[in-house]
Amino acid sequence: MRPGNVISYDYTVAKYFLFTTIIFGVIGMLVGVIISFQLAYPDLNYIAGQYSAFSRLRPLHTNAVVYGFMLSGIFSTWYYVGQRVLKVSMAESKFLMTIGKLHFILYVIAVLLAVVTLLMGITSSKEYAELQWPIDILIVVVWVLWGVSIFGLIGIRREKTLYISLWYYIATFLGIAMLYLFNNMAIPTRLLTGMGDWWHAVSMYAGTNDALVQWWWGHNAVAFVFTVGILAQVYYFLPKESGQAVFSYKLSLFSFWSLMFVYLWAGGHHLIYSTVPDWVQTMGSVFSVVLILPSWGSGINMLLTMRGEWNQLRESPLIKFMIWATTFYMFSTLEGPILSIKSVNALAHFTDWIPGHVHDGTLGWVGFMTIAALYHMTPRIFKREIYSKKLMETQFWIQTIGLVMFFTSMWVAGITQGMMWRATDEFGSLAYTFMDTVNALIKYYWIRAIGGFLYLVGFIMFAYNMYKSFTTGRVLDAEPRNASPMAA
Amino acid sequence: MFAWLEKHPFFFAVFLFIVIAYAGVVEILPSFADSARPLKDTRPYTVLELTGRQIYISNSCNACHSQQIRPFKSETDRYGEYSKSGEYAYHRPFLWGSKRTGPDLMRVGNYRTTDWHDHHMRDPESVVPGSVMPAYPHMYNKTADIETGYAEALTVKKAFNVPYDKEGMPKLGSWEEAKAAAMEEAKAIVEGMKSEDVKKAFENGEIKEIVALIAYLNSLK
Repeated sequence: MRPGNVISYDYTVAKYFLFTTIIFGVIGMLVGVIISFQLAYPDLNYIAGQYSAFSRLRPLHTNAVVYGFMLSGIFSTWYYVGQRVLKVSMAESKFLMTIGKLHFILYVIAVLLAVVTLLMGITSSKEYAELQWPIDILIVVVWVLWGVSIFGLIGIRREKTLYISLWYYIATFLGIAMLYLFNNMAIPTRLLTGMGDWWHAVSMYAGTNDALVQWWWGHNAVAFVFTVGILAQVYYFLPKESGQAVFSYKLSLFSFWSLMFVYLWAGGHHLIYSTVPDWVQTMGSVFSVVLILPSWGSGINMLLTMRGEWNQLRESPLIKFMIWATTFYMFSTLEGPILSIKSVNALAHFTDWIPGHVHDGTLGWVGFMTIAALYHMTPRIFKREIYSKKLMETQFWIQTIGLVMFFTSMWVAGITQGMMWRATDEFGSLAYTFMDTVNALIKYYWIRAIGGFLYLVGFIMFAYNMYKSFTTGRVLDAEPRNASPMAA
Repeated sequence: MFAWLEKHPFFFAVFLFIVIAYAGVVEILPSFADSARPLKDTRPYTVLELTGRQIYISNSCNACHSQQIRPFKSETDRYGEYSKSGEYAYHRPFLWGSKRTGPDLMRVGNYRTTDWHDHHMRDPESVVPGSVMPAYPHMYNKTADIETGYAEALTVKKAFNVPYDKEGMPKLGSWEEAKAAAMEEAKAIVEGMKSEDVKKAFENGEIKEIVALIAYLNSLK
């Protein structure tokens, strides 16, 4: 591109998704806080009849956060990053603009349908793939539209080489497409028999096979939404915000391709000591440990990007969010393999350590990185300064405290539970009843709930800060080059 | 090679897809036919049990209860014999769960009765003091959808050759026959329950959700 010939990027769709990221984030986390309090104080189950029982809200929480909040964040950043690294504006293509808007509209419809059906108890019961077949079909359409948007934009690009973030966006698209299709294969019973409920479908796979396919999906939805999609963000936003080049291209290359190769093998670690064949369990376990390499590869690559510039960590809360996110990524990808070791898994499986692990990954890594990405985009999309740096700083610390309370309490709870389940007295009989373990956990459930509540408070501060930035932030006359401008 | 791929998005995507898909082919396919074989005494669910299973799913009971007993002494002492692959041959979907906020239910039919479940679903604390499980009063009001239960049984019979109507296996028959059989089965459960409303509804030819759910829970052995 010639100097002076500046492309003006079109952020319409990025902006739409940015709003839904915040809205679905608040909703999903609020539901999460409610269900965490329900475990400590069961009377909260009855605030809205059958619709507020823990068992109905729990899938709603995971779906709202994963597909409402995190996926929105990935889409929003795609519609921002995609144009910039390909050096092409969406305004140049009417077609891609239409696809983008349609993508957004159908996505929102799918999320709303998901909320309604899950509350009604219409579910396939498969974790993170609970939605029933008509919504599944709609989601496939949404996904295809996103694919058209990705490859369409790549098709008209000016920049020849695909930047690292794009590898990850493409991987998110392809990985989820394959996994989602296979895992959700089901036969709608009404279509085959002409009787019964329209929503109902029966899985194509039975028993152990169903479990295998489901955890192949369940584990890798984590891979391609929580990990790959968020890595796409950190690889773009951290270098941009800090004004530093990515530490090593070779390391990026190594960690990307090895992550792609290794990740899917690790799904078997959800099925250790189950009825799937031993070799699948062992592979799941071994490959989970191998997975440390590509994960830490990206983590180290990001941390070393900051070399010589660590003072920024002190000066900018935005950098803090990103570095903290990367640190939690490395922490969580070490914890995962530890949990996959057979003897550790024997203790930890089925206990609260697992939600603890999930949440240090999602709240620490995904949540913080998404928040950072949105903060970075705001001054550039809205051409306004971030409303308050102080608020951002406070948010950071409140969320960090909440997060630490969350996962430490769940570690202690999980290990306590696991140890109590297996404890025996001097005659070799079980030392505790199941209820003894439940009673022992209540105090940790309180700590977790309060931790989750603090994280939500921080997120609401974020929403407020964003809202104020859109509406009353100081107008910028030029786009900031790196560090995002923020008021005191 | 990688640098070349980065300039050729089509080949990049194709190569990437192969790298991702590889693991699934190697890990999932080989054991597929093997794990689908039912154990000798395993039978498909009756229509009423299947309806109960749908209610179990609809209320996400599997979010807190597992149905998979691991081969450890502590688990077999607590819940019964450990799980075998063939026992799950008719489970669509599988309901192993991933978290035990409540105990495992794989063999709950061996040690809990209709009466116990009746109390437990109405007021968990009345039989399990300190329980954090919510009560499910709506199951006593809502009518069970045995038609969908039948539709599911018929679907798996047609699509996956699940051996309904075979010797020693549950009978499915026509919708009328299946409905009559479900009523018959429900009768035994309703008799074991306390609730007058459920009994009255049953006399009017209605099966409440709780009845189907208990039929399912009793079948877990």
